Amino acid sequence: MGDYVRYIEKTREYYLSEGYERPYEWAHFDEIPFTRLRKPLSQCRIGLVTTSDIAVIEADGSKRTMEPAAGNVYSFEGDIPPERFYSRSEHYDTHATHLDDVNSYFPVSRLRELVGEGRIGSLAARFQGLYTQYSQRRTSMVDAPEVLRQCREDGVDAVLLTPI
Amino acid sequence: MSLVARHLEENGIPTVILGCARDIVEQCGVPRFVFADFPLGNPCGKPFDVEMQRHIVGMGLELLETATGPGIIVQAPYVWSDDTSWKRQIFTQEQPFLEGEAKEHWLESKEEYRQKKQAGLV
Repeated sequence: MGDYVRYIEKTREYYLSEGYERPYEWAHFDEIPFTRLRKPLSQCRIGLVTTSDIAVIEADGSKRTMEPAAGNVYSFEGDIPPERFYSRSEHYDTHATHLDDVNSYFPVSRLRELVGEGRIGSLAARFQGLYTQYSQRRTSMVDAPEVLRQCREDGVDAVLLTPI
Repeated sequence: MSLVARHLEENGIPTVILGCARDIVEQCGVPRFVFADFPLGNPCGKPFDVEMQRHIVGMGLELLETATGPGIIVQAPYVWSDDTSWKRQIFTQEQPFLEGEAKEHWLESKEEYRQKKQAGLV
């Protein structure tokens, strides 16, 4: 399978060479939380959360303003047709790939197929997007609780997360 | 994203991350992670490859069902390309990560954050 890219090391060297002397400090924890799935997937409501800067084109062709509800979290209806999603992200490997297929980073069609086949029960009424930002404290104190609040409100049993 | 997964999990909602930056997710520590050794941008499978996307999403669902403890990482059994030069070239001076407008946007958002931080807003 070959060796995978060490992004922490690579970005540290890269931004140092760009003149940024203080390297970004990635979050690290010794303990990892864990919650077991409580019921069969075929009865679960699944949520989808992404940092792919996903956005929505309205039925009339206009672009929706994706306003955060709190912090950097915005949400949108879970039943929007896939062709009305697109990504505004500039933070991906533009030399090696593209974001023309929404399902390669926001697998909404694949999840709907799985609901149709009975593999999963249903999808959340809302999906969430997170604007990436630098403050880990704010992510932990504001954004993550907002995603949790919305998931609870929508009765979500488990969540798929897709960083880009 | 890893911080959000941890928070949901701490509060009783199981999660799985589908991602391409293995070391970053591992550094943070998340409950369940499906790693695709692909360029940043397509963690759920190659663009327009429906079968691969189904498989990778399916691996995530399986992890939700089968994991009995935290910190499990599985790797999607796919190679992006025989040409592995993207792994070497990403984040190098010969191939800048952000260029032109994208770099300007990044610098603007950095500056905006700096100002907000100074003002005690973040």
